[in-house]
Amino acid sequence: MIEKNKFKKPKNALEFDLKIKNIIPVVPDNMYIICKKCKATILAQDFNSNNSVCPNCGDHYRLGARKRIAMICDENSFTEFDADLISKNILDFPEYDEKLEKSKNISGEKEGIITGVCKISGNNCAIFSMESSFMMGSMGAIVGEKLTKLIEYATKNKLPIIGFTVSGGARMQEGMYSLMQMAKTSGAIKLHSEAGLLYIVVLTDPTTGGVTASFAMEADIILAEPNATVGFAGARVIEQTIRQKLPLGFQTSEFVLNKGFIDNIVIRNDLKKVLTQLLNLHNAEVII
Amino acid sequence: MSAIENVFKSRDKNRISPVELIDTIFTDFFEMHGDRKFGDDLAIKCGIARLDGMPVSVIAVNKGKDIKEKVANNFGSPHPEGYRKALRIMKQAEKFNRPVICLIDTAGAYCGIGAEERGQGQAIADNLCEMMRLNIPVISILTGEGGSGGALALAVADEVWMLKNAIYSVISPEGCASILWKDSKKIEKAANSLKLTSDDLLSFKIIDKIINEDDDTVNNIKIQLIEKLKELKTKDKETLKQDRYNKFRRIGY
Repeated sequence: MIEKNKFKKPKNALEFDLKIKNIIPVVPDNMYIICKKCKATILAQDFNSNNSVCPNCGDHYRLGARKRIAMICDENSFTEFDADLISKNILDFPEYDEKLEKSKNISGEKEGIITGVCKISGNNCAIFSMESSFMMGSMGAIVGEKLTKLIEYATKNKLPIIGFTVSGGARMQEGMYSLMQMAKTSGAIKLHSEAGLLYIVVLTDPTTGGVTASFAMEADIILAEPNATVGFAGARVIEQTIRQKLPLGFQTSEFVLNKGFIDNIVIRNDLKKVLTQLLNLHNAEVII
Repeated sequence: MSAIENVFKSRDKNRISPVELIDTIFTDFFEMHGDRKFGDDLAIKCGIARLDGMPVSVIAVNKGKDIKEKVANNFGSPHPEGYRKALRIMKQAEKFNRPVICLIDTAGAYCGIGAEERGQGQAIADNLCEMMRLNIPVISILTGEGGSGGALALAVADEVWMLKNAIYSVISPEGCASILWKDSKKIEKAANSLKLTSDDLLSFKIIDKIINEDDDTVNNIKIQLIEKLKELKTKDKETLKQDRYNKFRRIGY
């Protein structure tokens, strides 16, 4: 026998109370975020512990340079190089000083790139990681200098290089000094390569302009995160030049993989595993 | 002359073009086409020639003379296959121990769907790496516009020269003004700020020489090329490459 009232919705005491006391329920700030792609409401804690990847749909959000290093390097193994090198307004370019100051405040970093040495699953590596919140990772003289110093150190000490790119390209506020960093870093990469050493790059959103046209495309192994923008010319500039809409998915990781310019797409949470596998493969003795 | 006037002057269609320089400085020019991978980019014209009797490889940006040629050449903005053709010619020059002369006048690498599909960034990057380590002397001369990575991809050289009124810039003043100030009319401010004139760049030691523009420009270029190549040919290969690396290495710090 089923009792008549057993499945009746009980009165919600809590709701009742709130109504009386006129209290509006409040979620603490930043406790939840809404994924821009799948619109799911996610606990911020879950999102952060998942390396800024949506736990629901797997969409990859931008990750700060330092968080990336922490994600990849063995615990406490990272030693930073040249942390005190900071950009100067060499050309006395209008509003550049203010922009540098603002970027430092927003990013909490002194420059758009962090370089150093670390261990990845026990493998000694030179590592660089670019910072999107510092003038969109644009390459000025100091970004070029820090990177070149790192590459030269790696060549001298026979270390592989692991790099994470994110960049809008050359930093126009430094004029031709910034353009020349493309030649400078490329030269250093070439010498590292001639020494028979391994360079693996991971392209992250977005990797464009002068960085794509230099050290992002010069690695032995080029990986990319899913759905990252990867290209040379900016999409808006192309649209204005050719006066037509660009096809869907143009200049994404998937697009450059399909066109033959990168080796593979790796999801963020698999990166350490994949980098470890590749480093181990290159460290193993070849017996013929 | 203000910076923006200099910019307009560098784009003047009556300026002497790289292709005209091929005809006037060199003899015995034989053009070679194609990158052996995809196609032939007419924005870059290259081949072998003689400079005062000495065999050299010449690579020149070709903006085109009349409108028909300009369209066929994409107004001198190379596609990836253009840069790959240039690199092929450089490698060939290295094999036969000929110096390379690059004559540059480009608004920049072409932006378009095909250029991206065929790896514009990768093509430029490849040139930067390979040019840095060529075993032969390379001299690059900017004759008009030196547009960003599209020009640099032919200018990683032992000597980089500019004609007096040429410009060399990380971005066009128009692009800079529209990105930074959302106002394409601020090109004067942009041109001033970018420091893109030959005098500026010589003072920064980003270029090595300015060639004056007068009635004798062509002959002047020829004499200086011959002189410099004689000097560079005395360097052994390792010193040549090390000096080239060091030259770019110290820029910006």
